[in-house]
Amino acid sequence: MTHSNTGSRTLSVASLARVEGEGSMHVVVRDGSVQDVELRIFEPPRFFEAFLRGRSYTEVPDITARICGICPVAYQMSACQAIEDACGVTIDAQVRALRRLLYCGEWIESHALHIYLLHAPDFLGYESSIELARDHRDIVERGLQLKKVGNDILNVLGGRAIHPVNVRVGGFYKAPAVADLAPVAERLRWARDAAIDTARWVATFEFPDLMLDGDLVALHHDREYAINDGRIASTSGLDITVSKFPEHFGEEHVAHSTALHGRARAGAFTVGPLARYNLNFDQLPTIVKQVAADVGLGRTCRNPFKSIIVRALEVVFACDEALRIIDAYEPPARPSSDMPPRGGTGHGCTEAPRGLLYHRYTIDAEGIISDAVIVPPTAQNQPSIEHGLHKFVQDRLHMDDLELTRQCEQAIRNYDPCISCATHFLDLSVDRG
Amino acid sequence: MQPKLAVWKFSSCDGCQLTLLDCEDELLEVAGQVEIAYFLEASRAVVAGPYDLSIVEGSITTADDVERIREVRRMSRHVVSIGACATAGGIQALRNFADVREFTSVVYAHPEYIHTLDRSTPPSAHIDIDFELHGCPIDKGQLLEVITAFLHGRRPQIASHSVCVECKRRGTVCVMVSKGIPCLGPVTHAGCGAICPAFNRGCYGCFGPADTTNIPAFVGALSAAGMSDFDLVRVFRTFNAEAPAFREASMAAEAAEDRR
Repeated sequence: MTHSNTGSRTLSVASLARVEGEGSMHVVVRDGSVQDVELRIFEPPRFFEAFLRGRSYTEVPDITARICGICPVAYQMSACQAIEDACGVTIDAQVRALRRLLYCGEWIESHALHIYLLHAPDFLGYESSIELARDHRDIVERGLQLKKVGNDILNVLGGRAIHPVNVRVGGFYKAPAVADLAPVAERLRWARDAAIDTARWVATFEFPDLMLDGDLVALHHDREYAINDGRIASTSGLDITVSKFPEHFGEEHVAHSTALHGRARAGAFTVGPLARYNLNFDQLPTIVKQVAADVGLGRTCRNPFKSIIVRALEVVFACDEALRIIDAYEPPARPSSDMPPRGGTGHGCTEAPRGLLYHRYTIDAEGIISDAVIVPPTAQNQPSIEHGLHKFVQDRLHMDDLELTRQCEQAIRNYDPCISCATHFLDLSVDRG
Repeated sequence: MQPKLAVWKFSSCDGCQLTLLDCEDELLEVAGQVEIAYFLEASRAVVAGPYDLSIVEGSITTADDVERIREVRRMSRHVVSIGACATAGGIQALRNFADVREFTSVVYAHPEYIHTLDRSTPPSAHIDIDFELHGCPIDKGQLLEVITAFLHGRRPQIASHSVCVECKRRGTVCVMVSKGIPCLGPVTHAGCGAICPAFNRGCYGCFGPADTTNIPAFVGALSAAGMSDFDLVRVFRTFNAEAPAFREASMAAEAAEDRR
């Protein structure tokens, strides 16, 4: 790394830490202005869309789970929805509720991991949560136990936390008994309070000034905070059914990345917790709105550094929602709907912890996959992250390389990028000439 | 001085290294007994090698990976591979049964930007490995046993029998015998705790083949339970497709299918 305050320099992080998967960042500065920002995804290419061709429609939830060990449920849910759409099957209301419960488990697990183990150390000046624990063991313990409650839901309902086995197209292999969920409800009541304490804790951090411009995109549902059902909405007024996704959003292949970059017809856009919060605040339960008000967060928020507060609020929501679902649960008559194959194309869109996840499958009359398209949230966010960093670095060129690099990494982690997912991503390098 | 632990990632979903972070009750305890010297997913701090124990996740799929895994071996006293990708090439080994150039053109608009090997291989194809822990994903109890064993200089105690034994221990009634559900339990390596049968589902072999199996004899029972040759090819060709016993089974079923 070289350093000159006014002239030309290159900032370079060869391997980004505390993100899921591997990538690097490269920033080029010439004559005091940022020329180029690249997130380099050097995670090797993974050919899931190709692997799926020729497989049976019933295999898709297990295969696509393997795209990401951190958000396998998201892959399973978007996949099931798309296949069920192709086959023209509507699932039972209690099965739908159980899927939402499983997804709450993944939101709690993934968000707690990101808040406590990946992102908070940035705000407090530690290299890792292990270091953080040397000074604040009780706080890190709280985060780990909160994360564990998310995994408890995944274990009870999915069979295991990573690559759950109980999900199938049409529903589940086995529906839990009411008694199976009771011990989880007990721990969720503790977790909801711990999540509220988490929101109050992260809200005390210092947040650099940054304004996310561009469109924010998320699922929207009139009667609930959208997770696995709804229309695709945006802050600029987009309101489309899931099947219209390909007409509005595309992917493009650039040389520095094995992730295909998301592109909206209208330019770079952002998905994830901030998008959901801005679009779906009204659908949050009163308890979450109250905590938001208590920590000073309004009904809209466009500072990506404050996404850590929004994640904490979403953990409060997910705990509360999981409790509501368990309270209303009655085992379905059958754990899954019959799913005879039917030739056609189906679309699925759900809210992974990192944002909108789109799947599309074309199957033949025997149920064999002839075409698969998967658009993960981090691929959609990559142009927006680069665009945001451009401005962020330009305003901070007075900093030395060490501090600027540290802040850039923190800014990238605002998006909770999942590079393993995106491959089809980080190491920061700033070239100041 | 505390032993130095390193965690390395190759082509993978991150799920197996996440298993270490999923040890919510034990993570800080483990961190107190070792120096976490290299673990990018958890820490920015990087301590230079050599390392006492290197844990490797993922399969080798690029020319750069081949160099990197050799470097990991040179820097490490013990190397342990974790998960189906690092023990059998993982789901990425599905490319070993097809033309990778065609795959690249299916996924990427500019195949010329993509640099990848034709085959996905486990680290053991390139370097000596001290222990392999199976599973897609690995089991966290087994991971803690492996780390503890290497820190104390003993061999990990990991059972090599089949999933069937775990079903008996768990008290799960055999889904294949009682319900006619095809199940890979008899030929699959134990370690998961026999989850699938407890959920009314046949085992789908995500821990790979058990150490001693007779798959050709077992295939008849799967056929009797209603699996076609096409089903047999696919069930052995998922996350451990390149594990020798599963590879032979899928190739045999494919040949039978072609004869028809």
